[in-house]
Amino acid sequence: MMASAVAIAAPVPVVRRDRQRLIEKLAGCGFAFPAFLLLLLTNLVPLAVLLYLSFTNYELGALDTRFLGLDNFRKAVTDPVLRRSLANTFVYVAIVLPGAVGLGLLIAVLLHRRKRTRTFYEVVYFLPVTSTLIAMATVWQFILHPNLGPVNGMLRAMGFGEIAFLSEPAYVLPTLAAIGIWQLVGFNMVLFLAGLSAIPRDLYEAAEIDGCRSGIDRFLTITWPLLGPTTMFVIITTSITAFKVFDTVAVMTRGGPMGSSEVLLYAIYLEGYQYFHMGYAAALTLIFLAFVLLFSILQTFVLERRVHY
Amino acid sequence: MARVELKSISKSFGGVPVLSGIELDVADGEFLTLVGASGCGKSTLIRIIAGLEPQSSGSVLINGAPVDHLRPHERQVAMVFQSYALYPHMRVFANIGLPLMMSRLNLFERLPIIRMLSARRRRVMAEIESEVRAVTKQLQIDALLERRPSQLSGGQRQRVALGRAMVRHPAAFLMDEPLSNLDAKLRVHMRTELAELHDRLGTTFIYVTHDQVEAMTMSDRVAMMDNGTILQIGRPGDLYMRPANLKVAQFIGTPAINLLPAKVSSAGSVELFGAELPIRARRPAGSAMTLGIRPEAITLAPLGTSRPGMHLLPGRLRRSENLGPEHMLHIDLTSPASGTIICSVAGDHEPLTSDSRGLALLFMPSACHVFDVEGHRIDDVEAASAAAAPSSDPHARAFGATLCPLLPKAGEPCAPCGGPAARTS
Amino acid sequence: MDTHLPSPHPSPGGRGRSPVGTLARRAATLFVVHGILIAGAVFILLPFVWMLITSIKSPAEIFAVDFSLWPKHFNAVENYGFALQKVPLLRFAANGVIVCAGILLIQLLVAIPCAYALAKLRFPGRTALFALVLMGLCIPIQVPALPLYMGLAQVGLLNTYFAIMMPFFSSVFAIFLFRQFFRSYPDEIIHAARLDGMSEFEIVWLIVVPSAWPAIAAFSVFSIVAHWNDLYWPLIVISDTHLATPPLGMMFFADAETGSNYGALTAAATVLTAPLVVAFLIARRRFIEGITMTGIK
Repeated sequence: MMASAVAIAAPVPVVRRDRQRLIEKLAGCGFAFPAFLLLLLTNLVPLAVLLYLSFTNYELGALDTRFLGLDNFRKAVTDPVLRRSLANTFVYVAIVLPGAVGLGLLIAVLLHRRKRTRTFYEVVYFLPVTSTLIAMATVWQFILHPNLGPVNGMLRAMGFGEIAFLSEPAYVLPTLAAIGIWQLVGFNMVLFLAGLSAIPRDLYEAAEIDGCRSGIDRFLTITWPLLGPTTMFVIITTSITAFKVFDTVAVMTRGGPMGSSEVLLYAIYLEGYQYFHMGYAAALTLIFLAFVLLFSILQTFVLERRVHY
Repeated sequence: MARVELKSISKSFGGVPVLSGIELDVADGEFLTLVGASGCGKSTLIRIIAGLEPQSSGSVLINGAPVDHLRPHERQVAMVFQSYALYPHMRVFANIGLPLMMSRLNLFERLPIIRMLSARRRRVMAEIESEVRAVTKQLQIDALLERRPSQLSGGQRQRVALGRAMVRHPAAFLMDEPLSNLDAKLRVHMRTELAELHDRLGTTFIYVTHDQVEAMTMSDRVAMMDNGTILQIGRPGDLYMRPANLKVAQFIGTPAINLLPAKVSSAGSVELFGAELPIRARRPAGSAMTLGIRPEAITLAPLGTSRPGMHLLPGRLRRSENLGPEHMLHIDLTSPASGTIICSVAGDHEPLTSDSRGLALLFMPSACHVFDVEGHRIDDVEAASAAAAPSSDPHARAFGATLCPLLPKAGEPCAPCGGPAARTS
Repeated sequence: MDTHLPSPHPSPGGRGRSPVGTLARRAATLFVVHGILIAGAVFILLPFVWMLITSIKSPAEIFAVDFSLWPKHFNAVENYGFALQKVPLLRFAANGVIVCAGILLIQLLVAIPCAYALAKLRFPGRTALFALVLMGLCIPIQVPALPLYMGLAQVGLLNTYFAIMMPFFSSVFAIFLFRQFFRSYPDEIIHAARLDGMSEFEIVWLIVVPSAWPAIAAFSVFSIVAHWNDLYWPLIVISDTHLATPPLGMMFFADAETGSNYGALTAAATVLTAPLVVAFLIARRRFIEGITMTGIK
């Protein structure tokens, strides 16, 4: 903003170069300042506060706040609720990851060579990415309803018994994961399609002349190795997204039945904003952050290495 | 080794015809070049031969047997792509060895991890390795086996692509503009190398290019394509000396052939700027013609010179370009003629061009190429008396009939085109 | 060489096929491919179709034991009417528009100059700032949420539009994206503009920004989709129904008002999902570009 005033032509070249340096410095600082201030306020300061909180037993509205050191973290290690929610989160990721990546890849490979129908399928599969997950989760809840939902209606019609998808502890995580896959497949498909279209057509033709007879040969010789970097990227983004699962749990199960679908973010949400155990929630948040950073570091590491040919 | 025949191949993409009724017979061991401007259908044609593209109608025969139902790798042809299409994630060894691994290992022996279980694989791989080494030695890239394509120069990639084609000992090599990604100097070098490779292997080569120099220098025969048809097919000299079509005449030769408007005189011969040439037009009087003269077919002399049997056009020098061994002269024709002529003159031409009055452009009428309105060549009986065969059949046109005007002395063969010299009258 | 004599004829081990065989093979492949694609599409479309159908069904049919796909009696007016009357659905949508527009506007105003400075200007602290941006890319909103919530509660700003928008004002992602984009902008043009006497401020907004339109469009799509659909943060700072964003409104609605009035519930879901889905169907390319270009969700 302050740079707008300093655009006067200087007569002497030497002075002019110095002035240009100065203008650049001033303009640079001026332009960067608002963003820096906001980053400070919304990221850096909160992070510092979070770190401090995690060493205290602070509760919202509480008067006596004590410094606990690492007690919160010690508590977290043995906390059965945290253990359960971490385990649930990993089970969820373990189902969503292969599902969303594998199906995304499958759909992309099948769709890649289609000409007329490609747009149609692309729109269909991408639809869940743009739609409001909460609204669709409500609809899923209804679809999976034991008595009223069409899925159980179908099962009944085929002579199977009803399945209580959302109230049977053994089924609830796989059900939520299926919805997670439903939401992510289109996104991954588009990433894979972009990766596929970057593979030169020539290579497939050369492979065909060299004797790659079947689709499996083509896939193993060309598609899979050349899609490697894309695949790594998709795997990591999918892991992070799946690790952050919250919406479906909050709307459909609220962690139930009996905590069998309580995931990490939901546990943090309950501790922090329902029970107002700010200190403990801060410690849990840092644990959450550690996992996300682990994925992110993995990502930068892999993306650095991705130009391997 | 194989003979490759195309029987009335046609192809259209969504109703738009790109090839129509292509007939071609490539002899065993022949180096045939398909040449033409981009979009003429030459790449589509070679892809049809390879089996990468199905033809709309017609048939491809290899060694007399139709291969239309065979998939690319079953046709025993190898292809070198313009982009080389090397597998970027594989080392040179794997790139070259892949065709052999594909044909000699079964699916299980190729699957990752599972393949380690196979003892036969190890034996076959050793075999493949020795064959790959033999090929790379020939191409002098045996030191690069462990590199990936991204670590190779353009010329090295080119050789790897060739190696991948050679290692299978294919019935025919198909090459789709293999030199166009190389810089000019390397291209000239690889041109020689490819021609020598062909001599050494003795395999059929079918080569696609838009570069007429490549076509002229490397091939046994050249097929010039335009708009989905073959305009002319013949030895390089044929296309240069007796272009069957105006487009062929324009395409082949640098600098390009000079074209002058002409018409058929009332006497039935070709009339150029009001003067009659001793060439029978064989078209109705008054119809338009185009006369083509190669730049080197013109002799320059001071204005007023005349030589028996040669036709004269007056002109004035506009520009002279010194290319070293020869000069390229841009000459404006003066009344009664008009237009610009490019003519190439060997060595020094100073005495001629310093003459301010103008120049006489002299040429033999027999060195002219005459085309009718449709661009078809008109063969004048007098000028080409030996070409007795009907001009519709390119094979019947014996090369010996054409006369090369490049060399003035009769009887000596012309070095660039191999034809006998023009008879000077 | 002799061992590999060309044999284009179908050899014993070869796979010569008749044209009919090839056709049959291709048809079979097409059948399998489309079979898989359609099965997947049915799975994807199921909730959308069920949502639309239920939203026009009468309660009697919804609760009928033998379920039918197509309703016999249309109850659309009642369902949508109930949904619109009982809860301020349009208000939720309007809140969504206000929040998304506000966030996007400030994000662009803040991020574009900063990205330009990082890409093209030399100033003290540039490297440190860029490192901060890269670090910020790895931190999801759930991390600073707790202190931010406490801060907002302290100054009494909970339950305001400002509270919903505030954490997203400076988007590290936008800064990163625009920086990458601006870096490829030719320096010559900027130098020429300086020689013509333009200030840096004018260079950013009059010269560089107009050429960055694709990146801005892509980021806008990403930002709008993310914040229209975000639940976590609004859920924390908003308890007043009238300030609820679409997902939060949907949650309130599903909780309190309807119980098991699935007709109205699906009608509400339709109304709140429609704007983005319709926008997606109109600007399909831009959406896919925007959301995937950004990669990280």
